[in-house]
Amino acid sequence: MQYQADVTIELKSGMLDPEGTTIKRALEHLGYETDSVKTAKKYTIDLQAESIHDARETVEQMCQKLIANPIIHNYAISLRELQ
Amino acid sequence: MTIGIVQFGGSNCDLDVLHVLKGVIGVDAELVWYKEEDLSRFDGIVIPGGFSYGDYLRAGAIAARTPIMASIKELADTGKPIIGICNGFQVLTESGLLDGALTTNNYPKFRCEPTLLRVETNDTPFTSKFKKGEIVSIPIAHMEGNFYADEETLSKLEDNDQVAFRYVDKDGKVTDEANPNGSQENIAGIVSAKKNVLGMMPHPERASEEILGSKDGLRIFESMVEFISKN
Repeated sequence: MQYQADVTIELKSGMLDPEGTTIKRALEHLGYETDSVKTAKKYTIDLQAESIHDARETVEQMCQKLIANPIIHNYAISLRELQ
Repeated sequence: MTIGIVQFGGSNCDLDVLHVLKGVIGVDAELVWYKEEDLSRFDGIVIPGGFSYGDYLRAGAIAARTPIMASIKELADTGKPIIGICNGFQVLTESGLLDGALTTNNYPKFRCEPTLLRVETNDTPFTSKFKKGEIVSIPIAHMEGNFYADEETLSKLEDNDQVAFRYVDKDGKVTDEANPNGSQENIAGIVSAKKNVLGMMPHPERASEEILGSKDGLRIFESMVEFISKN
């Protein structure tokens, strides 16, 4: 079966997000007041797996071994079956 | 004695380090392409600065997972000295050879300028030719040099005397103004628990000849060479 995973990587709460802070400031220049702006990265991964459970396990391993840095990041995986 | 200088696609300080080791100090050194896995002929390794793999994913993340890094870990386990400079420091933290992580500068700008560093320990293979507390001038050139570690790791680094360099002002004081990137505790460089792996954001190879404005960085390489010849 073919699956598609959306992996979202974000900085752990409490960590400085200089890019988000810069965007927040730029929004203020345009007249938009915000409480905060946080950046995140999304990776879309298409893969073959026996089941959605196997696909999730594989993508979890990918996140732990490479895509996220557990010292600074949290990650979330959203999976769907592709037709 | 032969020191290996690792080249990844995107390394760009490799030839500068080669020049300092061979041309200024006069030891044998050679460039090693990242696909090589047998590093047994080397007595020490330098992972130079640059933008390995275009800083894709995270600075140093892809290089950290290449096969040569497994060989470098083996060398480190045998006690041989390994230096990672700038991108090399990022590679060492990403590979788990050093603690912590290097994230985007607190003001997200590429900063390229001289910095003053305080030598926090001379009990390492890389700082033996300095006095503890000495203030030296070595330049930085990075956008992801903001050292981060959790509280537990930070206190372990402090307790084990693993902080090698801190950014300071001209009086040797640790201040926010002297901190170019937001690093915790103004940390500019750390060593491993066994002290034979050094990672630092400033570039000692850019401060190794009088004509460059500072020779302070040279002593890092000279310390390493002396350590190798004594062991």
